[in-house]
Amino acid sequence: MAYAGKNTSRISDSALSTLPLLLYLAMAVGLMVADQRHAYGQIARQKFSLVTEPFWWLASSPVRAFRYARENLVFRSQLENDNRQKRQDLQVAMARIHRLNAVADENVRLRQLLGGTRGYQLNVQMVSIIDIDLDPFRQRLVLDAGSGNNVQIGQALIDSGGVLGQVVEVSKRRATALLITDPDHAVPVQVARSGLRAIAFGTGRSDALILPNIPQSADIREGDVLITSGIGGRFPAGFPVGVITGIRSDKLRLFVIADARPAAHLERGNEVLLINNLPPAIDVGPPAPERVPPAEDKVLAGETINGATP
Amino acid sequence: MIRTPTPWLIHGSFFIGLLFAIIPLPEMVQAARPYFLAMLLAYWLMEAPLRVGLGTAFIVGLLADLTSATLLGEQAMRLVILAFLVQRFRARLRFFPLWQQALAIGLLLVNDRFVVVLIHLIIGAPQTSWLSWLAPALGVILWPWLFVLLDMVRLRLRERT
Repeated sequence: MAYAGKNTSRISDSALSTLPLLLYLAMAVGLMVADQRHAYGQIARQKFSLVTEPFWWLASSPVRAFRYARENLVFRSQLENDNRQKRQDLQVAMARIHRLNAVADENVRLRQLLGGTRGYQLNVQMVSIIDIDLDPFRQRLVLDAGSGNNVQIGQALIDSGGVLGQVVEVSKRRATALLITDPDHAVPVQVARSGLRAIAFGTGRSDALILPNIPQSADIREGDVLITSGIGGRFPAGFPVGVITGIRSDKLRLFVIADARPAAHLERGNEVLLINNLPPAIDVGPPAPERVPPAEDKVLAGETINGATP
Repeated sequence: MIRTPTPWLIHGSFFIGLLFAIIPLPEMVQAARPYFLAMLLAYWLMEAPLRVGLGTAFIVGLLADLTSATLLGEQAMRLVILAFLVQRFRARLRFFPLWQQALAIGLLLVNDRFVVVLIHLIIGAPQTSWLSWLAPALGVILWPWLFVLLDMVRLRLRERT
């Protein structure tokens, strides 16, 4: 056995054996140069990824096993600590939930109290805006819905910020809305803090409203929030209209003029809500008969949302 | 006659060697990872010279290059050089006592480190940390165990057949 081994080694000792060595070395050098210059190694690894990926998975399995063991064989004291911490956290969280439940109950009660006088069911339709025309003398919007979608003249328009305007023209597929900032527009408002009633006129500028003819003794000041009063029946009560930005006296110094900034996002967004079938805002006389909500229209990209205003 | 071991044993051991080259190790030990693949190759070159030669070294090195992130051909070159040296001194290495053999393998592994440094110098790659010079020492310590283990496995297989 040893003798035979010696024989083969003698063969490999011969000068001939340096030839394959040089050949292999040349191949290795060629590969290295190719990889260095053209990143062939990356390509080759991608090509062989079907083979190498399971291989890598296999190689990483000891680590995975170790991690699994560490997760499953934790000390008892550690678990107890964890448990205590978690229980504390849970108690704090439960306390918070109880408090929130109390607030929710209170909210429901208050709503029921209010519900006797004002309808809180709000039926709205989402409509997209086609073209915003913010010309100083024409604060109008064109809506992508018309009489075919049960849009009627006089419907109020709101967005997430507050009252936006009302519908003034309706055609088959389109409707035009007058914004609250149009000089021709007026909306009955109320100061949320003091209950003072006033009328907000548009100015033609999309960021300003004006409230003329306020008595000098009236309780109104900068920062007051204006909401719709519901008087006149066109706008439902309670929607934000704007915030008072300044108070000044008029030319005769008999009344006060208040400037306000609209609450609605007049320059932003391309979807507005159109308020449907509202019951009369003021509960006078016999209760209004239940009106059937208009059927969903397929042409309209809108939807009917049933919700409650705060 | 030379009793050549089953090819499965050789392939299997190389497979394990390739795995060992990329098994994640702690940060400290990572650089000092012994070049197990080279030791396996040296063993088979000594014990099964008819089956394992320069070509095997080249192919195994290429596979190692594919599975690890070294430059394509780098490990192939290292293993070919090592294989050539083992083939050259095979007659002497084989009849060394085990501890002397381990030292010789250690020298081969140190030489291999020099080859790595040289390759990295030429291609401008960053040099490995000084810890990597511990790898040959670990190889020396591991060699007798590896040798005995593989011998035992071969004996078992031979008895079974």
